[in-house]
Amino acid sequence: MEILKIESTEDNPQIVLDRESDILEISGRSLPEDVNTFYEPMMSWIEDYAKDPLDTTVFNFKLTYFNTASSKIILDILTQFEEMIEEGHQVMVRWHYPEEDEDMMEAGEEYSEMVDVPFEMVSVS
Amino acid sequence: MKSGFLEFVYDFYKSMKAHEIKLVYEGRVTQQITKAFIALAEAQMEENAETSSVQRKVFHVMVECLQNISRHADEYESGESLYAGKGIFMVSCTEQYWCVTTGNAIFNEKVKELKDMIEQINELGEDELKNLYVRQMREGRLSTKGGAGLGFIDIRRKTKKKLEYHFLPITDKVSFFLLTTYIPRIS
Repeated sequence: MEILKIESTEDNPQIVLDRESDILEISGRSLPEDVNTFYEPMMSWIEDYAKDPLDTTVFNFKLTYFNTASSKIILDILTQFEEMIEEGHQVMVRWHYPEEDEDMMEAGEEYSEMVDVPFEMVSVS
Repeated sequence: MKSGFLEFVYDFYKSMKAHEIKLVYEGRVTQQITKAFIALAEAQMEENAETSSVQRKVFHVMVECLQNISRHADEYESGESLYAGKGIFMVSCTEQYWCVTTGNAIFNEKVKELKDMIEQINELGEDELKNLYVRQMREGRLSTKGGAGLGFIDIRRKTKKKLEYHFLPITDKVSFFLLTTYIPRIS
């Protein structure tokens, strides 16, 4: 599979989706002007990946901020993982959050309640 | 330049000082403007040694408020120089709180729906707000403008304060919608 790499800017996160190296992560800030357009490449990459995933998929969320429009996209991504699990694949999410950032920790906890995907909370100092 | 104008500038300056206004903008809100303002506010908060928790909340509220204007502000005059997505944006800061205020035109036919939505959000407790947010995220669709109908709920949850708003009639077609959010500095 091709590697998808999007560099971060002041309003969009960095995205690295690399099946060969087993690196699947999104990091930084997410408040793009148009979330649909920005996330389209990532959504279709994940859709393709879901057809032939690694034995165990570990997806790392390392976001420091996301706006409400992005929060909906994150749920869409998680829902895709949920479907992969239903199809018998192993998927887990590592939710990294800044140690002192309660809101970001709670956001991770809330997502973990919303979908049937194992979450590991990782506090970053 | 008329001296009356210069006096106005000085009065305006004094008025801003009196209300502790740190930032005021009138015009079209674009993504570039949004980015510039959050950078400015961040620099100002750093300077004031604001706690990171308050910084994050102010940042959050600013982004949602600015994106609300750019997505939802209606035009209120026909003519080439006036367009939708315009409004006023203001940030002030006192010893007790940061305050983010927005104002923009809205068609009268949308007023009731918006008012009902805000009232509903204001009445809900923390758990109910969470449930509403979750439901809206699950069932709501992103509009063509990119909004998810989550902004107000999020502001209410993040600040734990009721949304303060006001509608001023401008014409028989349009009203001016004002929204003020306070973010306490001492938690």
